[in-house]
Amino acid sequence: MLSKKEIEHIAVLARLGLKDGEAEKFSGQLNSILEYVKQLEEVNTDGATATSQVTGLENVSREDSVSRFCYKDELLATTELPVERGQIKVKPVITEL
Amino acid sequence: MMHELTIAQASAGLRKKEFSSVELTKHMLERINKVDPQVNAFVTLTEDFALSQAADADRTLEKSENGGSLLCGVPMGLKDIFNTKGVKTTCCSQIISDFVPPYDATVVSKLTGLGSVMLGKLNMDEFACGSSTEHSAFGVTKNPWDLSRVAGGSSGGSAAAVAADMAYYALGTDTGGSIRQPASLCSAVGLKVTYGRVSRSGVTAMASSWDSVGPLTKTVQDAALVLQAIAGMDKRDSTTPNVPVPDYSKNLGESIKGLKIGLPKEYFGEGIDKEVEKALRVAIKQLEDLGAQVKEVSLPYTKYAVAVYYVAMPAELSANLARFDGIRYGSKPSGDVKDMIDYYYQVRSEGFGDEIKRRIMIGTYVLSAGYYDAYYKKAQKVRTLIIRDFENVFKEVDCLVTPVSPIPAFKIGEKVDSPLSMYLADVFTIPINCAGVPALSVPCGFTSDNLPVGMQIIGPQFREDLILKVGSAYEQATEWHKSKPGL
Repeated sequence: MLSKKEIEHIAVLARLGLKDGEAEKFSGQLNSILEYVKQLEEVNTDGATATSQVTGLENVSREDSVSRFCYKDELLATTELPVERGQIKVKPVITEL
Repeated sequence: MMHELTIAQASAGLRKKEFSSVELTKHMLERINKVDPQVNAFVTLTEDFALSQAADADRTLEKSENGGSLLCGVPMGLKDIFNTKGVKTTCCSQIISDFVPPYDATVVSKLTGLGSVMLGKLNMDEFACGSSTEHSAFGVTKNPWDLSRVAGGSSGGSAAAVAADMAYYALGTDTGGSIRQPASLCSAVGLKVTYGRVSRSGVTAMASSWDSVGPLTKTVQDAALVLQAIAGMDKRDSTTPNVPVPDYSKNLGESIKGLKIGLPKEYFGEGIDKEVEKALRVAIKQLEDLGAQVKEVSLPYTKYAVAVYYVAMPAELSANLARFDGIRYGSKPSGDVKDMIDYYYQVRSEGFGDEIKRRIMIGTYVLSAGYYDAYYKKAQKVRTLIIRDFENVFKEVDCLVTPVSPIPAFKIGEKVDSPLSMYLADVFTIPINCAGVPALSVPCGFTSDNLPVGMQIIGPQFREDLILKVGSAYEQATEWHKSKPGL
């Protein structure tokens, strides 16, 4: 069972800010889902490989050539943050401890 | 009535000059303005854009006589998950509620290239997570057959728009049932293609090893027409294999005499609504009357598919949605933030709805150190066993027939606070995405409350042609697809 503290830790890992009361609300819902998926434990998977791709494609590579997709200005136009010298200006990443 | 036509009929009318694409488009926009206030299928209406595309289509039709695509000039709608250059694409989420993409999804370019006319963008559960569109940031889509009930989801807007004759066809996405379930609940035809059959470039990713793109239409013939236009390899989507695209309309109308149809016993057991089962049994009898050989088969790992899905899907979703950080695109936080990490917390807390937060947290948890093997790896292994089930059964039979949804359309609000009970609405559609095989949802009757019931026809990988043939044979022998919700 996930405790309130664990939910808060997961939220930090997922970069989700939780509002007051949300950890309690999600705790019950998440635990019922995890309880349900526990039934996978009863399946014998000895000898079964893990599937991550269902049609069997492997190592698809593209031609090593340059092609234009979008222009820089079109991509920068989608941000709501200030743009300076062709770059998006964000808050400081490293702050004082 | 002009809005009740199928693609094939509308296309024939355009070629015979009974009406122009501009006239057809104006008629559909009027229809939307009349009906959609009750249904809420469209989240963005692109009237000027549609009329300009229609004028272009009329010029193309004038020049090409009988050549060109049957989709040319025929108005449609797109689930709001497909990037449309210059037209807002929100995934029905607050986090990108004003996002205008700088490029078109590959399928959108393909349709535009054939002269299609886009009426607007359609409602969905936020980031395609849900089975009712109740998780949309822009309100629920109502079922055209009973406005107090859900249209299904996540492609609920697409299904409702087609069922209520507000678009001749729509595109949706299907990760665990999101095309087939709403199609079934609204009495539309919905096709979930083989994984990789249709490009997903420019379509916001939900769970990348499960996602697929496909059409919602009024008839099986129309589904074949749309699939023809969008199927094939795309260098921008490395999961599209180089498998030839057959002529999907070629075998439609052919007899299904001697075809072996399997009925997996796991899909007809506990939890299925009595009236849904009854409609299916009648439909199966009709398939037998058409000459098909029906036998009971077993897919023993079926019962684990939902559990596999609710481990693997949130894991992939949490990784995919990590890109929504409010920097390159998407909304800024409403309050002051001190640093970057605080910025992420606020943007994502304000921008994502509860269902997305739940799934991101489940995904983050099952991928975290110490739990990866127990949850994610285990689920991927059970997935392999489910795939083997399908491989084995297709040695015995040509295709499978099952219900699409165990229950007809449920009441708005009935399941929204109980995530697990909502997830179980997809119990018959999720295993198909597990195995990456194609499946078609075809209308096959109504309950005593006049709620639509859908039949699911499942085939081996890349055999869309086969399931379309079966669906078409059934459709031609029945009248269900002609019923209208009376809006």
